[in-house]
Amino acid sequence: MCETCGCGDPEIVPIEVQERILSDNDAQAAHNRSHFENLGVLAINLMGSPGAGKTAVLEATAKRSGGRLKLGAVSGDLATERDADRLNASGIISATITTGSACHLDARLVHHALHHFPSSDRDVFFIENVGNLVCPAIYDLGQAANVVALSVTEGEDKPLKYPVMFQKADLVLLTKTDLIPHLDFDVTAVRDALSRVMPDAKMLEVSAKTGDGIDAWLSWLDARRPTAADRTTGQDHHHHHDHDHGHSHEQH
Amino acid sequence: MHEYSIVASLIDRVQQEAAAHEGARVHRLHVKIGELAGVELDLLKTAFDTFREKTICDGAELTIQSVEPAWACPSCERSVERGSVLRCESCGRPARMTRGDEIILERIEMEAPDV
Repeated sequence: MCETCGCGDPEIVPIEVQERILSDNDAQAAHNRSHFENLGVLAINLMGSPGAGKTAVLEATAKRSGGRLKLGAVSGDLATERDADRLNASGIISATITTGSACHLDARLVHHALHHFPSSDRDVFFIENVGNLVCPAIYDLGQAANVVALSVTEGEDKPLKYPVMFQKADLVLLTKTDLIPHLDFDVTAVRDALSRVMPDAKMLEVSAKTGDGIDAWLSWLDARRPTAADRTTGQDHHHHHDHDHGHSHEQH
Repeated sequence: MHEYSIVASLIDRVQQEAAAHEGARVHRLHVKIGELAGVELDLLKTAFDTFREKTICDGAELTIQSVEPAWACPSCERSVERGSVLRCESCGRPARMTRGDEIILERIEMEAPDV
């Protein structure tokens, strides 16, 4: 009760919280991450502007790996299933997450897609995010690494203009490098811009059209794939489940 | 426009706290948002003003503390300035962001039985 005037009004109490507002998403992302780790799958959150060439890079990845890697993908798309159709045609088992007007994927959407995904034995699983250089960066999905596709037609200054996206990247794929001879694009300038927003700046130059650089990208992925030892360790981890899956993990 | 989804999570969180503390009316929320959190403060305020109606936050004020980003060397703790190459000048290690990307609910002022 109010002690100032005795009016009987309830007291205004400060409640300390000090928690991330998106802690629900974080918890769901941690859950997804343990799914991926237990299955021994390398999960990659692939982000970039609309038209940066995310789907084309994945198509080229499938072509180059020639069936050596079992690839899977879910594609976030506002309205169509075009990306998943293209990826399925290239040999990547794919599904679409239709987001409607939502500008990003969140961990809950990815979790739902994982439960309906037709295959559980993938080596690398790509989460192709909604084309957008702002919103997707904020949401942890449970990925092992963030990769940002930046095409040469977007210009060298994009890392400085969209620092939030690039500061979270583990790797930048500079795409459509076959177009460089037709543009005033300075690769040194984009590397410099990245080094000012991304502390451990790493960039690979790739062309989905010619296949240049795709081998280096495949090596980057290979180096991050969990080993059999990781997987055993992963299975020892406490995997907290407070929801009904309706099926066991082995069926994922 | 992920600011709307952030506000939805914020109001959910406040509702949980209110239930836990038998709180009735929320007067003010204090949040801390890093300049490099990817959140547009004006949009966040607009989203809050729109979504608070008919929730526990109806009529509540939103106080936002904006946080400037900072980076430092993980080994020698030497600070690395914004806009410069984000590596330690002396040892060359990649700097670590020490603040500036947070999206945090700090405190709720609500009418509740004294605890």
